[in-house]
Amino acid sequence: MKVSFELNGRPVQAELEPRMTLADCIRHELRQTGTHVGCEHGVCGACTVIVDGAAVRSCLMLAVQAEGASVTTVEGLSDAEKLSPLQAAFRKHHALQCGFCTPGMLTTAHALLTEEPQADKARIREVLSGNLCRCTGYIAIVDAVYEARAAYQK
Amino acid sequence: MKLPAFDYAAPATVAEAVRLLGSRPGAKALAGGQSLIPTLAFRLAAPPLLVDLRKINELRHIAFDANAVRLGARVRWRDIEDDGQLGAAHPLLVAAVGHVAHYQIRNRGTIGGSLAHADPAAELPGIAVTCDATIAITARKGERTIAAADFFTGALSTVLADDELITELRLPAWPRARRWAFEEFARRRGDFALAGVALFYDLDAQGYVRNAHIGVIGACHRPHRVPQAEAALNGRRCDAATIGTAAKALQTALEPPSDLHASAAYRRALAGTLLERALAATL
Repeated sequence: MKVSFELNGRPVQAELEPRMTLADCIRHELRQTGTHVGCEHGVCGACTVIVDGAAVRSCLMLAVQAEGASVTTVEGLSDAEKLSPLQAAFRKHHALQCGFCTPGMLTTAHALLTEEPQADKARIREVLSGNLCRCTGYIAIVDAVYEARAAYQK
Repeated sequence: MKLPAFDYAAPATVAEAVRLLGSRPGAKALAGGQSLIPTLAFRLAAPPLLVDLRKINELRHIAFDANAVRLGARVRWRDIEDDGQLGAAHPLLVAAVGHVAHYQIRNRGTIGGSLAHADPAAELPGIAVTCDATIAITARKGERTIAAADFFTGALSTVLADDELITELRLPAWPRARRWAFEEFARRRGDFALAGVALFYDLDAQGYVRNAHIGVIGACHRPHRVPQAEAALNGRRCDAATIGTAAKALQTALEPPSDLHASAAYRRALAGTLLERALAATL
């Protein structure tokens, strides 16, 4: 089947089987490998992307379901040269070690702060509870997201 | 694992969806996919055809009338969370849905999907059964409604036929003065509960409990009410002694499953504790 959607602001097309997940479409067909695939059954959150403004697990969505949608991956959070304020806060707080979960952490936190720039630490923890990190222990991640709030104030 | 191969269709109407569902034995409806896609990823199911409901806008309503709160099958957890009226119109539903899964899943998971998947630990089926809700179903031969208590037949099993589609959940209207509580315990936030209790009751003019409804999730093979525990409450004051009696009645009545997450004995004890906490929260 043919699917067309917008990926990080650019129109994209792919010809694929209906069973292909959005995660595999983004990585294998569209060659944007920033989105990581961890568990492939909706538990780890590493593959989180933003579809029409909402954070979703791209391993639990078929690519054909993204027809006409606007999809943002970690590549779309900043331009190629400069870190976004959220990414800069992750760097400052050492909010990653191996980095495998980081794309999902960033997309989830970006969606959260875009919708709820006043999110407190309890809300940040609740939202990030859907993203597993086996290195850092979350404290630095929560601190980084909390600090990045300033950049999302309207 | 990668998903097994299937054909795919995205019809624009309920009528076309049920026609497609009836066209291939084993065809499945796809809404948010937050239970169905993992089921496919584990290769626990291999439907020949998925009928995606994403273009069917008629299933997205949250509506209120004198008799019921009506939720379209495609209403997502997120929609319930964001709705300005549901908190007053059905506080028990909103409290229970607050425990469903994680942020990303809440953005896509739907009430119709949860009912059809019928996990015995899922919150919404438990609320549907506890509240004597009705499930509206459309098939090629017409529409029917079924009581939630008759809909779930076991773990991941319902009476829904291949060519039938859940269209709406109807929860009986909620009196404002009603007492209610929802308690569950999961090892991690957002995980399926090892046990959970949903309940409500009304008080008569003398302060005695009437119309007690107590439902269990997790510590069961399918969500169900517990008449023995309800009987321990009805006609009495909800005090410490009554709460203790009700918890014992609940524990005696349950037949929880044992699995690698928890033994039957643990689930039984946990459900009793949760009922005590829930009833204490209504005082």
